[in-house]
Amino acid sequence: MVKVLLWGTLRSAADGQAEVEVEAGTFKELLDELASRYPGLEPQIRRGVSLALDGKIYREAWFTEIGPDSEVVLMPYMTGG
Amino acid sequence: MALDAYQKREFKQVGTRPNRPDGVDKVTGRAMYGADATAPGMLHAKILRSPHAHARIVSIDTSAAEALAGVKAIVTAADFGVPEDDFLRDVQDHCMARGKVLYDGHAVAAVAATTIAAAKAALKLIKVEYETLPHVTDVDAAMKPGAPVVQAGRAYENVPAGMSENVTHHCEFGHGDLDAGFAKADRVVERHFKTAATHQGYIEPNACLASVTSDGKAELWVCTQGQYFYRTLCAALLGMEASQLRVTASEIGGGFGGKTMIYMEPVALALSKKAGRPVKLVLTRDEVFRATGPTVSSSMDVKIGMTKDGRITAAQARLCYSGGAFPNTTVDMGAQAAFAAYDLDAVQTLGWNVMTNRPKESAYRAPGAPLSIYAVESVVDELCQHFGLDPLAVRLLNAADKGTKSSYGPTFDQIGLKATLEAAQAHPHYTAPLGPNQGRGLSCGFWFNFGGNTCVSLNVNTDGTVGVTEGNPDIGGSRASISLMAAEELGIPYEKIRTIVADTSSLGYNDVTDGSRVTFAVGLATIKAARDAIRKMCSRAAKIWGIDEEAVEWVDGAAVPAGPNAGKFPPMTLAEIAAVSAETGGPIAGHYEVNADGAGVSFGVHLCDIEVDPETGATKVLRYTVFQDAGKAVHPSYVEGQMQGGAVQGIGWALNEEYIYGTDGRLQNAGFLDYRIPVASDLPMIDTVILEIPNPGHPYGVRGVGETGIVPPLAAIANAVSRAVGVRMTELPMSPPKLLKALEAKG
Amino acid sequence: MKTIHVSTTINGDPAEFICTPDETLLDVLRNRLGLTGAKEGCGTGDCGACSVTVNGRLVCSCLVLGAEAQDADISTIEGMADGDTLHPLQRAFIEHAALQCGICTPGILVAAKALLEKNPDPTDEELRYWLAGNLCRCTGYDKIIRAVQAAAAEMRGA
Ligand code: FES
Ligand code: FES
Repeated sequence: MVKVLLWGTLRSAADGQAEVEVEAGTFKELLDELASRYPGLEPQIRRGVSLALDGKIYREAWFTEIGPDSEVVLMPYMTGG
Repeated sequence: MALDAYQKREFKQVGTRPNRPDGVDKVTGRAMYGADATAPGMLHAKILRSPHAHARIVSIDTSAAEALAGVKAIVTAADFGVPEDDFLRDVQDHCMARGKVLYDGHAVAAVAATTIAAAKAALKLIKVEYETLPHVTDVDAAMKPGAPVVQAGRAYENVPAGMSENVTHHCEFGHGDLDAGFAKADRVVERHFKTAATHQGYIEPNACLASVTSDGKAELWVCTQGQYFYRTLCAALLGMEASQLRVTASEIGGGFGGKTMIYMEPVALALSKKAGRPVKLVLTRDEVFRATGPTVSSSMDVKIGMTKDGRITAAQARLCYSGGAFPNTTVDMGAQAAFAAYDLDAVQTLGWNVMTNRPKESAYRAPGAPLSIYAVESVVDELCQHFGLDPLAVRLLNAADKGTKSSYGPTFDQIGLKATLEAAQAHPHYTAPLGPNQGRGLSCGFWFNFGGNTCVSLNVNTDGTVGVTEGNPDIGGSRASISLMAAEELGIPYEKIRTIVADTSSLGYNDVTDGSRVTFAVGLATIKAARDAIRKMCSRAAKIWGIDEEAVEWVDGAAVPAGPNAGKFPPMTLAEIAAVSAETGGPIAGHYEVNADGAGVSFGVHLCDIEVDPETGATKVLRYTVFQDAGKAVHPSYVEGQMQGGAVQGIGWALNEEYIYGTDGRLQNAGFLDYRIPVASDLPMIDTVILEIPNPGHPYGVRGVGETGIVPPLAAIANAVSRAVGVRMTELPMSPPKLLKALEAKG
Repeated sequence: MKTIHVSTTINGDPAEFICTPDETLLDVLRNRLGLTGAKEGCGTGDCGACSVTVNGRLVCSCLVLGAEAQDADISTIEGMADGDTLHPLQRAFIEHAALQCGICTPGILVAAKALLEKNPDPTDEELRYWLAGNLCRCTGYDKIIRAVQAAAAEMRGA
């Protein structure tokens, strides 16, 4: 199980939890699992999310491996100038 | 540890300052920019734009214009489909209004004619009947109940019920117990801030040359920060296959984020298709201001609690951004970046995006971050003033560091903020004496930085030279930096390498030049492509020597037998291996494709001294120093250039630049005379101090440097001005009339 | 519109063109003569990207009519180098990294050369005021000022 930290706006879609636990070994599995467990998260996942894994930000990268003790933070998809 | 991770090394070429490969072309006027290309039989296009801020288009009659001699094609929204995808539909609607015009300057029709004069004359003959609608251009006004609705039904699911329909997006970040935090403070300051929309102000107006042939093939020559993304968007809007549309990036005359989005390219393609001839479309400066680029405007509240010895106990920001007539999520970045520089137990940022009757926002260096950080750094400065504390010491006391849980969630790895603050503290600028009417300000800045999709191919020529092909337009000397990294890795002189920017048919997909990604991601891919070529060259040498591939290594630009057991052979240089490549298996090339991650966040600190003229309210910048972590400065001159350029854009934002709207909702200052960007006589030298704290995610330790530099100037200048005049300034720009008013109010 | 025939000298060579009475010198240079080194940043005299000299005087070519070029002596960026030998200003701009995107560079070089011909040893302040009509959005002007001063020093020594 990995713990995923959600940002404030997403919490209402996850029964008010700031942190949810899901069974996932990769970024992709995590997103799929989140979307199926909490359908309210689906619109934001479709708009795009980034993933901070132990402090490092990933924008896509489905197969990025997530260890059981990794710090996982969901973030909005990032763009720059 | 990943293969691309940072490894400490002695650099031979990286860190030097050779001449850039495109230098001579650019100082002799030979470099070809967007408006410099022509094609046989080319037509000229012009766009008819809305004089209204908000209106329904009742009808468009183009018959008289079509009858004019020399007119070859006219297009309106009717010539395009209606994309299903929200984002694509917004992009298209921004290029050509469909049903409603949403802002002053919104395109309603376009003409291609044999001369510019004929195209202009035709515009006058197009009859558009409008039914004007109430408009709103101010972010606060647009949030009020009963405000004119810019577009109905566009709010995301995350917007709380009961808000104005113009509010399309809401976000919240943070952690900890705010009430408990504020209760611990000796003083809590809450301030309201407002900033105007600004423009990237690139000197080259958007320009393109489109050519669509009757067999469905198309060429687009365009000044862009990302030819591949332009291809994706244009192909989708025109119903073309990507392979049939070749987009070539011209030399680009500035972008700063503003050329990451299409504005009129599909229109040029549609005109060319309809007319059966190439079409050139160059925007005027007026059009650039009215219909491309601008940033968000903002209305913000920031509340911070501090103990009397300078520890921040809680912090909260409420940010309302408006990015014009379409939904966007730039406020996400502003909200996440706002308190990134601080180690906080209790922090919350709330954000809303609000639609207004203004052009669609485009990215501008570190989009969203300069505003929220301006507000935060202003309140921190006010608290320092209140307690009589040293503002640098307070920032050091509260600075985020390795292991800090950041205000946006993740725990920071190695970051350079403390080192940057210490460098500023130790610098003579910080303690230099100030005169009357002068003030000193400082601010921290932050940006995330990205990697992204990147392809590089590297060809070893038979004469021992090397060609590098990459796919990101060179906006500020990146070809020089890429060549330097290739030279370093291959162990051959910089002069032996030539780096070019590929068109969309010559190389795989590359993300736009944004997020400060090029030196980081393209550099990384170049190093890996060079390693790929090196592996192949080692294998050729192994074959020639008749030894095992593993028994050969690459040292100083040559293959050498590794260790005593490999046999005794003199080194074979790159040139020697290349010369016999035909005989040993054919051409040698290395390539690498990646969606790069691990760009590493970046912090900067700016220090500035200003003087306010109490008679006129004019602010003069006297001294300015930028401190920023570059990870590793590949070509230090261009790293300095990024910092200096970003700082000066921020100075303009702080002091003069703003979109001014009349009560009629029309933009009143769509030109460089009235939209005043900094000129040489406004400025001192911009000193730079580059710190090099290696980014663990890049083989050479490189971090992006392009964006952070625009973040701190807003607050650095505002803090300096506020200290000089003795009034806290909370609105940008701090133009002379506003400063005079503040001085008068103070008495 | 009736066109006008104009005879002029551009970068030392005789040149002829026709233009309409309302056509700017910038448009003539770029669209009729293929001299696209001068850039159009604004078309209203505010950015200096179109700078050329007419009879030695620095002008914004977007504010000059093509017809005014009759019998004049015009210099553009294309004429600044002597064959393949760069002018010291051009060299200094490359060596001091005084350009990023380079769109402002032709105008700034032409303007700087015009200044140094009148004042070979300007102070930084004189230089900054002289170049105040040439906008650069990329560099913050720092390296431009340094490059011009370096070239000026070299030219005084030469
Ligand atoms: S184009 Fe002539 S001054 Fe801007
Ligand atoms: S170098 Fe880009 S405008 Fe000057």
